[in-house]
Amino acid sequence: MECRLAPENVGPFDSLYVGGGTPSCLPDSDLERLVQLIRDHFLFSEDTECTLEANPDDLTVARLKRFRELGVNRLSLGVQSLNDQELLFLGRRHSSVQAERAMGWAREAGFLNLSVDLMYALPGQEPGEWEKTLKRTLPFSPEHLSCYQLTLEPHTPLGRMKERGELAPPAPEAEEEFFLRTATFLEERGFLHYEVSNYAFGAEHRCRHNLKYWTRSPYLGLGPSAHSHLGEERWWNLQDISRYCRALERGKAPVAGRERLSTEQQRLEAIMLGLRTRLGVPLDLLCPGGRDAHVVERLRQEGVVEVRDAMVFPTTRGLLLADSLPLLFPGS
Amino acid sequence: MPHIRNFSIIAHIDHGKSTLADRMIQMAGLVEDRVFRDQILDTMDLERERGITIKSHTITLPYTSRKGEVFALNLIDTPGHVDFSYEVSRALASCDGVLLLVDASQGVQAQTLSNLYMAMEHDLTIIPVINKIDLPSADIDMVMEQIDRELALEPDLAVLCSAKDGRGVDDVLEAIVERIPEPAGDPANPFSALIFDAHYDPFRGVIVSCRVFEGRVRPGDTIRFMSNGAAYKVEEVGIFRLSREARDSLQAGEVGYIISGVKTVSDTRIGDTITLDERPAEAPLPGFKDVKPVVFSSLYPISSEDYPSLVEALEKYKLNDAALVYQKDSSAALGQGFRCGFLGLLHLEIVQKRLETEFGQAFIMTVPSVQYRFTLQDDSVMIVDNPQYYPDPASIRESAEPYIRATIIAPERYLGAVMKLCLERRGENSRFNYPAPGRVEILFDMPLAEVIVDFYDKLKTVTQGYGSFDYELIGYRPSDLVKLDILVNGERVDALSLLVHRERARPWALQVCKRLKDEIPRHQFKIAIQGAIGGKIIARSTINPFRKDVTAKCYGGDITRKRKLLEKQKKGKKKMKMVGAVMIPQSAFVAVLKSRDE
Repeated sequence: MECRLAPENVGPFDSLYVGGGTPSCLPDSDLERLVQLIRDHFLFSEDTECTLEANPDDLTVARLKRFRELGVNRLSLGVQSLNDQELLFLGRRHSSVQAERAMGWAREAGFLNLSVDLMYALPGQEPGEWEKTLKRTLPFSPEHLSCYQLTLEPHTPLGRMKERGELAPPAPEAEEEFFLRTATFLEERGFLHYEVSNYAFGAEHRCRHNLKYWTRSPYLGLGPSAHSHLGEERWWNLQDISRYCRALERGKAPVAGRERLSTEQQRLEAIMLGLRTRLGVPLDLLCPGGRDAHVVERLRQEGVVEVRDAMVFPTTRGLLLADSLPLLFPGS
Repeated sequence: MPHIRNFSIIAHIDHGKSTLADRMIQMAGLVEDRVFRDQILDTMDLERERGITIKSHTITLPYTSRKGEVFALNLIDTPGHVDFSYEVSRALASCDGVLLLVDASQGVQAQTLSNLYMAMEHDLTIIPVINKIDLPSADIDMVMEQIDRELALEPDLAVLCSAKDGRGVDDVLEAIVERIPEPAGDPANPFSALIFDAHYDPFRGVIVSCRVFEGRVRPGDTIRFMSNGAAYKVEEVGIFRLSREARDSLQAGEVGYIISGVKTVSDTRIGDTITLDERPAEAPLPGFKDVKPVVFSSLYPISSEDYPSLVEALEKYKLNDAALVYQKDSSAALGQGFRCGFLGLLHLEIVQKRLETEFGQAFIMTVPSVQYRFTLQDDSVMIVDNPQYYPDPASIRESAEPYIRATIIAPERYLGAVMKLCLERRGENSRFNYPAPGRVEILFDMPLAEVIVDFYDKLKTVTQGYGSFDYELIGYRPSDLVKLDILVNGERVDALSLLVHRERARPWALQVCKRLKDEIPRHQFKIAIQGAIGGKIIARSTINPFRKDVTAKCYGGDITRKRKLLEKQKKGKKKMKMVGAVMIPQSAFVAVLKSRDE
């Protein structure tokens, strides 16, 4: 329904990402209807990257083959860990055996672009344990890896455990070590560390869809809480599913809020996103009229950034600081 | 016409001056008991908070004596701090007598003495009053003895009272009418009145407080300030109750106010003589002088956008405080600001507090400085209160700094502790007197620079509150001065530079380095903080970089959240000062100002 209320004249699209939540738990028929509806409603280019997020325990070779037939050409598999204790701790329904089997089945079903989500820096985890998960994943030759450092968000079961002192997150030094070891390990094995948490086996396997977020390209989000970006505008849908449905039933766009970005806000976003990726930020955006150029120089000496062809790129250590680096370039 | 008595209450800090004033106001029936609040004359928050009087308030109390005669008692309130000694002297010059208040348990203190001497200089009738006789620790005999031996006053004439519970306050009032003389002066003579205070009222302009010595003034008259010849037409005259009360005239002997279209307090001079334009007095009243600031500090807005608002706040503040002087100043680190001169450290603190609370200003103040004197090779003399204008060391033939004579009175058992403190502060030429058994008066010559930061607080600490302090300037003495610079990642933070005695440079530099290390947050890179004299590093500290702050995920919906967080952080950052690539929070500048050796 929301498709019909979406802005007119958008597209053509060259990526479709079905995820955020676990679409693989939908029955095949619903999933098929969903994808079909979207494909019918919007114009897609020939070579569209079509990703589906899936949990290992939802899959069979047959299902995977049906996904392929639907046009899904990229599978993002929520493996998280290949250590059963860790999986239990993370509250996952699948075991390491199921996860390994799912990776194998993806290949069997003919997926040529497999992305695996992993999680590290769990409380009490040894770096060696984490490396074991990596080493057992690599034989499946995933084209893409997303390695997320565990964040204990407040208001989640794990976050509450942390507040009660039942969980000790790793010290900042240990987190740093995890991050740097992961980068070294994967880079040595031919992966490109192209965003804070994302690795591609060759630039052509970078996630086209996610790159759109980081390059501030237009995107359309459908579903509760989904965010969209077009031109200078960003908007986001109602989070509450019943309110979201009611809005649609009344024929109203389920939009919860929108904002029009000032030039300064656009600049800030470009810097903040550019410094999270190896795409970097143009020097003259960072330092308009040479302003704060000494800060760039200082960061370069410290090995936080590199400067090439009037572009500023974060180093691996720079990626670790991506959240605060934009503050050094306040602009006007 | 009622009889008139003009008097002040003088006392050491905390000896109960405001409480006695409160009680007399209450007895005069000027204010109902139920609306009464303590320290009714002290209207500034800072006065109530610290229990001191900063701006004096005058009040006329109606009183009928035991003999049935009607009096107008003019209580001229005086500020109770050494920073304002000139104002005190002008208030005393407006009186014919004083109540010298002594705390029954603490006895005579340094300011009791200096106040007494000042009252004697003005030839005033002195009524000793022993206050706080309700205290269990009151020792009236001891205080009587001190009044006799230390003050050389007649102890039998001392009035005993407790301003707190009201006992003896009627005796005080009776002593005022009995012993203080009726003011002299003739309403028929040419008009002369002494300005002892001035306030700014946003609706009426400047309200001049004065004591009329000769003649009479009415609305419509043209008055003239004798120091600068400026003439104004009188709009209103009157006396002070709890608020102003207009009258047809003010005449010889009376104390009251004149409103005459004066725009700012700076257009009036405390101690100036007012006369009438058409029939002027022959000569001004004696004792006028221009007060000069002794402590200097620069003020910078936290955010440069706030500069215009700081300008406005200072202009407004200045309307009511003629003693504050300021001029434009600029710092490479802190941008546009002002160099301000203050009468003393308390005055500085008052200005700082009021600008913050009453005018809502956020600013950074630099380390206070005194005025140093440099004699150069070519015999020219430079007076420098701002480290920025420190001359090339090679061109200096002699450096000198202002000295004070400090008078400290304390129980004898604290002699060692006080001596130690004074010697640490480069005190020299010490002398002692034993004005009474068990008490010692300690005199020291000390650099003014050593007492302007936190000397008084430290003295209170080492004497457990029993020590009292007073000082007078005694001129310049040669001194080995250097300019200490603070560098953050090699960049000089000019606002933290300081002119200081060579021996003092290293301890100070070490402390600043430590304070900055504690206050400056970790950055993405290493920060070196150094203290340097010329090119020589004498102290340093290092802030290690932080390593990681990145969040793992940043997809569609995270972008807005993240940007908003950054915008919020950016706003917070505006309150910081950038030195090179280093953000220095305001708290760091404030911390540097804090006491030197905690």
